Amino acid sequence: MELKNKIPFHFSIIFTIACIILVITFWISIVYGSADINTSTILNAVFNYDPEDVNHNIIIDVRIPRDIGALLVGVALAVSGAGIQSVTRNSLADPSLIGLNSGAALMLALTYAVSPVITFPLLILTGFIGAMLGGTMVLMIGRSRKDGFNPVRLILAGAAVSALLSAASQAIALYFRLNQSLIFWSSGGVSGTTWQQLYTGIPVVAIIVVIFILISGQLSILNLGESIAKGLGQNVKLIRAGTMLLSMLLAGISVAIVGQIAFVGLMVPHISRFLVGTDYKKVIPLTAVLGGCLVVSADTVARLMGEAPVSAIISFIGVPYFLYLIKKGGRTI
Amino acid sequence: MIDSKLKRKQIIVCSVLLVLLFLAVTWSITSGEYKMDLSAYLKTLIGQGEFKDNLILMEFRMPRMLITLLAGMALSMSGAIIQSITKNPLAESGILGINAGGGFAITVFIVIGQVNPNTFIYVLPLISAAGGILTALLIFLFSYNKGKGISPANMVLIGVGLSAALSGGSITMMRKFNEDQAEFIAAWMAGNIWGDEWSFVLAFLPWILIIIPFLFFKSSSLNIINTNDQTAKSLGMNLDKERLILLIISVILSSVAVAVVGSIGFIGLMGPHIAKSFVGPRHQLFMPIALLTGAFLLVIADTIGQTVLSIGTIPAGIVVAIIGAPYFLYLMYKTNSI
Repeated sequence: MELKNKIPFHFSIIFTIACIILVITFWISIVYGSADINTSTILNAVFNYDPEDVNHNIIIDVRIPRDIGALLVGVALAVSGAGIQSVTRNSLADPSLIGLNSGAALMLALTYAVSPVITFPLLILTGFIGAMLGGTMVLMIGRSRKDGFNPVRLILAGAAVSALLSAASQAIALYFRLNQSLIFWSSGGVSGTTWQQLYTGIPVVAIIVVIFILISGQLSILNLGESIAKGLGQNVKLIRAGTMLLSMLLAGISVAIVGQIAFVGLMVPHISRFLVGTDYKKVIPLTAVLGGCLVVSADTVARLMGEAPVSAIISFIGVPYFLYLIKKGGRTI
Repeated sequence: MIDSKLKRKQIIVCSVLLVLLFLAVTWSITSGEYKMDLSAYLKTLIGQGEFKDNLILMEFRMPRMLITLLAGMALSMSGAIIQSITKNPLAESGILGINAGGGFAITVFIVIGQVNPNTFIYVLPLISAAGGILTALLIFLFSYNKGKGISPANMVLIGVGLSAALSGGSITMMRKFNEDQAEFIAAWMAGNIWGDEWSFVLAFLPWILIIIPFLFFKSSSLNIINTNDQTAKSLGMNLDKERLILLIISVILSSVAVAVVGSIGFIGLMGPHIAKSFVGPRHQLFMPIALLTGAFLLVIADTIGQTVLSIGTIPAGIVVAIIGAPYFLYLMYKTNSI
């Protein structure tokens, strides 16, 4: 097997540009919104917070948490997608397409049905359990005895499991009369992000991303194929299971914050691999930054369109990309 | 030649299904908020009922029941054809995004169109069919490879992708709706059988009466398409053209059905499968059974949804998904060919 270590662009340049783009999109996202607020007010709000000033309150309590939420979700979904793609060696995998998001949403619906007041860390935990439920179902059924994770099987199983779990969530919502909050979970929006969610979310996502960067060398080896990885002395099962669990945790967190958003985890790792090659030491950090860019800018667009769902905005870019990938026939990484 | 044993088996299965269907219909009609007892129901059926029972049966429950039956048949039949064309036992209008295409078209229509309540019912199937056909053509276009023809595997992948985009689009547009419109689309997407007047039956029936006999007429060519491509071509068949025509017709069938009953998946998967498990893959044999099975499943699902909650109902589409998705996964787990 040929090593695909052709690097189109130098990593440090790409990474720096990506970070600059992220800062710019983040800034634009804070500036533009329904209330007109200029740059100096924003700086004042951050460094000189005045609790009496309405604009300061908007900045600190609404916009900044919302943008950090979008950033966090983008990072989580994109890195989760990269992890899943490397484990299944399938370029069409995405947290939403393999049932993680709908599983998490179902567990959250159940949690809300049982107790409407629940702390955020517990929500993350239930989201994680749900993602595990959905993901395990899809992976078990999608793995054919013949050729491992065949993309068609995986996507079909994902579609069916998602249909089942979403129907179950809807039935629970109808039974316990919690439709309003459920619509929120399924359509995806970062508008309600609170600092409290972020205090839990940021450290968890940060730790997982760091772990991913630490094991990225192992992921690159896994990417060479199971037999080569085993030959190089890798504990393939452990790496696979660990990566999968971390990816599920990331998906669970993002569903707990915004509801279901698809295609981020599909597109971003692709773009990263296109830019810096298949070395996961480079792919993971770049994926994290670009994922943040994507969701933050999609959220800005959604806000400018009068609070359209972010998930819909992203799927407008994501689906053509998905179709392009199928057309290209890029079945495996 | 069709084996006479199979032929006899077909007739037996059909008769059993007819009895089951009648029982299901009876259960469905006699339950509900106003409990009609069995003898009153039977009396009304032969025209000897009391005025009140007659009114409830003929004005409210009968039209809805007929719509449910017809939609179940249409969805099951459409699934059977799509499976034969794509040679994929797991294809069906819901999975392929054709229902979502119809829903998207209906949403666009509500956004831009002047909705006239008198003609709405008759226009809706047309709109839904247009959306469904466009989606199907997109799927066809994207899965067409020069030299290789249609790739059935890609067809399914593209359908799943388009389905996500189209539902996303519908949800985005819903933000512009007033509460009634949004509620209508939300109920539609969940597969709530909302057509319950005779005019709906009138709008729906002609399509069924034209398309289903046509598909029976086509069953020999469907048998050939379902064999391998080489055989079909050597028998002188223009494969891609025949596929396209049959695809469009089956899409019209399912789109018209979902226009009146909302987005319901999996019937088109379960109906044909159950039918084939009795009499095998020959279209002449299994299609009548698939029709009856589809109708039976939808009636049962709808009745469960109507009766399981003490207040309110669960849309039939949700019940169907809860029954149908595990069935789908079971089939996937069993088949190793995909």
